[in-house]
Amino acid sequence: MTAHHPHDHPHPHQPDLEDRPYDHHQLMAEAVGELLIEKGVFTAEDLRRTIEAIDARSPADGARLVARAWRDPAYRSRLLADVNAAAAELGVDAGAIPIRALENTTRLHNLVVCTLCSCYPRGLLGLPPDWYKERAYRSRAVREPRAVLAELGTPIPDDVEIRVHDSTADLRYIVLPLQPGGTDRLDEAALAALVTRDCLIGTALPQAPQR
Amino acid sequence: MSARFATGARVQVRRIFPPGHVRTPHYLRGHAGVVDSILGHYANPEELAYGRDGLPRRALYRVRFRQAELWPGYGGAQDDSVVADIYEHWLEPLEEVQA
Repeated sequence: MTAHHPHDHPHPHQPDLEDRPYDHHQLMAEAVGELLIEKGVFTAEDLRRTIEAIDARSPADGARLVARAWRDPAYRSRLLADVNAAAAELGVDAGAIPIRALENTTRLHNLVVCTLCSCYPRGLLGLPPDWYKERAYRSRAVREPRAVLAELGTPIPDDVEIRVHDSTADLRYIVLPLQPGGTDRLDEAALAALVTRDCLIGTALPQAPQR
Repeated sequence: MSARFATGARVQVRRIFPPGHVRTPHYLRGHAGVVDSILGHYANPEELAYGRDGLPRRALYRVRFRQAELWPGYGGAQDDSVVADIYEHWLEPLEEVQA
């Protein structure tokens, strides 16, 4: 272990996040979790398995739905009608919360935010990125979406309407982006690889692969 | 179950500020919009948040607002919009508001 150098000198101490005292909400979450296990409402294994299942969800599943919709107009209609059912067709369990798909066109760009907290289609895409939960995105996406998109490298022309979807209630939303030009010969897996997480939120557009 | 407002109806978000857990963003209160679609009926989150059953279920609407009407000096395009999901008890018909 000490092959690199002798340990006769101190290293600067880099604090861990856990060095801070627990705040109120961390304490409450721990306490409620322990109580529910102690009272037999669920087991520690149930809790662990649920966390594992949540973390296993991935934007790649959303990308598969988009790629299928690009290649299959009938599937596209079913996806626009009911994302959860369309996901189930591909063997993806998108959870119980209803998800809707918002169709981009050459005249309309959709952007998803939750100004109240961090509502996100977790059942399909997994956990949201940290910036999605931050006040800067939550307040600015709805107040100056064009500036936010430009800063993220996705400027939207003025003749395209930007429609910001504030997911305030019982539904969750994904964007169905336009298929980039020059990708007609790609197979479904290659198309899905173009659809990143941010394309499904509306903060990016799928790009054709560089030749 | 019935819904009070039809798709296309002009509505106004109530300009009220009750305490507690509500799902209507402040920036939309008092503003006029158009019913984009009716999402169905859902248990009232203002009740669910406090361990109650949330019944009766409330109609939930997608309401579309023009950005230019929400924000003074909005810098984007005229057609830019915001769509939010609003429960029926937060909406009133625009005619009644104007009367």
